[in-house]
Amino acid sequence: MKNIINVRDVRTIFDDKVIHEGLTLSIREGEIYGLLGPSGCGKTTLLKEMVMLQRFSSGEIEVLGHNINTITHKVAQELRRSWGVLFQGGALFSSLSIAENIALPLKEYTDLNEKMIDEIVRFKISIVGLKSRDALLYPSQISGGMKKKAALARALAMDPKLLFLDEPTSGLDPISAREFDSLILKLRSLLGLSVVMVSHDLKSIYDTLDRVAIIDNKKIVYEGSLENMKYEQSEFIETFFRNKNE
Amino acid sequence: MENHSLLISYSDNKLSLKLKGEFNLYIISKYQQQIEKIDFTNIKYLHIDLDALLFLDTATAIWINNLISTLSKQNIHTEILCSNKDILGTLKLVKEQIEKSSPLPHARQKSFIYSIGEQAYSNYTGFLLFMAFIGELFAVKLHYLKSIKNIRFKEIAFEMNESAIKALGIIALTSFLIGLVVAYQSAYQLKIYGANIFIVDMLGLSILRELSPLITAIVIAGRSGSAFTAQIGAMKITEELDAMRTMGFDPYLFLVLPRIIALMIAMPVLIFVSDMMAISGGILVAQINLDITPELFLERFNNVIDAKHFFVGIVKGPFFAFLIASIGIYRGLMVKNDTQSIGLNTTKSVVESIFAVIVCDAVFSIAFTNLGI
Repeated sequence: MKNIINVRDVRTIFDDKVIHEGLTLSIREGEIYGLLGPSGCGKTTLLKEMVMLQRFSSGEIEVLGHNINTITHKVAQELRRSWGVLFQGGALFSSLSIAENIALPLKEYTDLNEKMIDEIVRFKISIVGLKSRDALLYPSQISGGMKKKAALARALAMDPKLLFLDEPTSGLDPISAREFDSLILKLRSLLGLSVVMVSHDLKSIYDTLDRVAIIDNKKIVYEGSLENMKYEQSEFIETFFRNKNE
Repeated sequence: MENHSLLISYSDNKLSLKLKGEFNLYIISKYQQQIEKIDFTNIKYLHIDLDALLFLDTATAIWINNLISTLSKQNIHTEILCSNKDILGTLKLVKEQIEKSSPLPHARQKSFIYSIGEQAYSNYTGFLLFMAFIGELFAVKLHYLKSIKNIRFKEIAFEMNESAIKALGIIALTSFLIGLVVAYQSAYQLKIYGANIFIVDMLGLSILRELSPLITAIVIAGRSGSAFTAQIGAMKITEELDAMRTMGFDPYLFLVLPRIIALMIAMPVLIFVSDMMAISGGILVAQINLDITPELFLERFNNVIDAKHFFVGIVKGPFFAFLIASIGIYRGLMVKNDTQSIGLNTTKSVVESIFAVIVCDAVFSIAFTNLGI
């Protein structure tokens, strides 16, 4: 299987604090890949580096075949259209209603007519588990869980090939969280999505992830499938997965 | 070369569509237009051939699904030929979701009268809320001033430094320039009449009584009033205010009163600095343009300008400060849970506090004149 993301020897330094010390990992097409690790280990930072929000000090990152160190502005813009990103807090645009938030990339990047855009928005709203009557609400009028769902709908608006999720199930009730998991699995199988996610939700990790990378102490301590993980010696793995492995 | 195509063919009452290649939301609008042009009056059957289709995204699936449902309303029967499981799966998913959901509601267009009414009502409630804020402020103040121990000297000192002492530079510069400009403009007129020395009377009265207090108030409203709104607004969004309340720290005590008191104490000092700087601007112009030496200027100043003019200006300070600080803080408390609202309220805070200061100044002018001060 082809790799869609290659991270090679990435070092990240904030001021004089080293965050990543030579990270290397690869994410394959069609898989759901998890970045795990204790709080503050730089999972979200790595995710931000992959989507070109955060610069790194040295090393290389390749996304969908483009090296993002040497990418041109035009290619970068195309790349940005072919992925969807879900931020931790949703990051919906507060001046736009939910429907307008989802319709925004469709309006800017395609020549679809308004009726068609409406239908697509209706479908995306429904697929993430929101109701059509919520479409006119503004981000300040909805709960945290609804924001997350609306933000996922926005990330899915353009049917991206690659989806980055930063703690997608945190702040959702257990039922919504499980629905979210099964939605991700369904989208992956139907649309051939590849997903990279940061998660702390054990249930979600076991249900959805194909492979994981565990970042601890600035380095990758483990990369591979969940089954093989139990042979690995690491303080984080032992404490985090102890209950399940016992 | 394009890797997608749509073949349309007719036979009797049957229409066939053959989709080839990869279909996604960037390309389908072209094909939609083609299909919209077709005359469906004589057609009874629609045949959609998806066998040569390599990939379709959900947008295309929605389009096909819509086409089928509109045509079925015209009694046209549709048949789909497809053996690709993923494509059928996507079509099924779309069909399920669309059947499950209701059409999107649309925002109602507001009539002109409605918007006027809405605006008037929101202004009315805004006014009531401001009154409630002032009421709470005084209630807290009474409670708070019962004992000297309650006064938060540290916060007051901090706020004085932040919102007044650090503004000294800009106020000094602005006042100096205003003094310079006013003197320069009037010097030319006074010269025509040979009334050079009266520049002292003119500057003394206008600067001490009106210009300095107003300039200081406007600079402070733009600089510190807006900062109050943004700080308190951001604290409201991050729920810091709620956290304070649940811990039993009244935000009025910790945030509101120290800011208001600090500004009320500092404002007269700032006005005094402004007075001095504006007059020195005047002295400079008088020396250069009208050949009035600084000694002569100050001697005349001492003779014609009563101390009461200075005090009239200084007395306005605490009133202006109260208006600026309370409007700034009130606007900060009105911030709702979104980022837009900080910008909106900061703008409102500056506009409203400058307006309030000017109204207050007009009231003072009338009052002092009638009292003969």
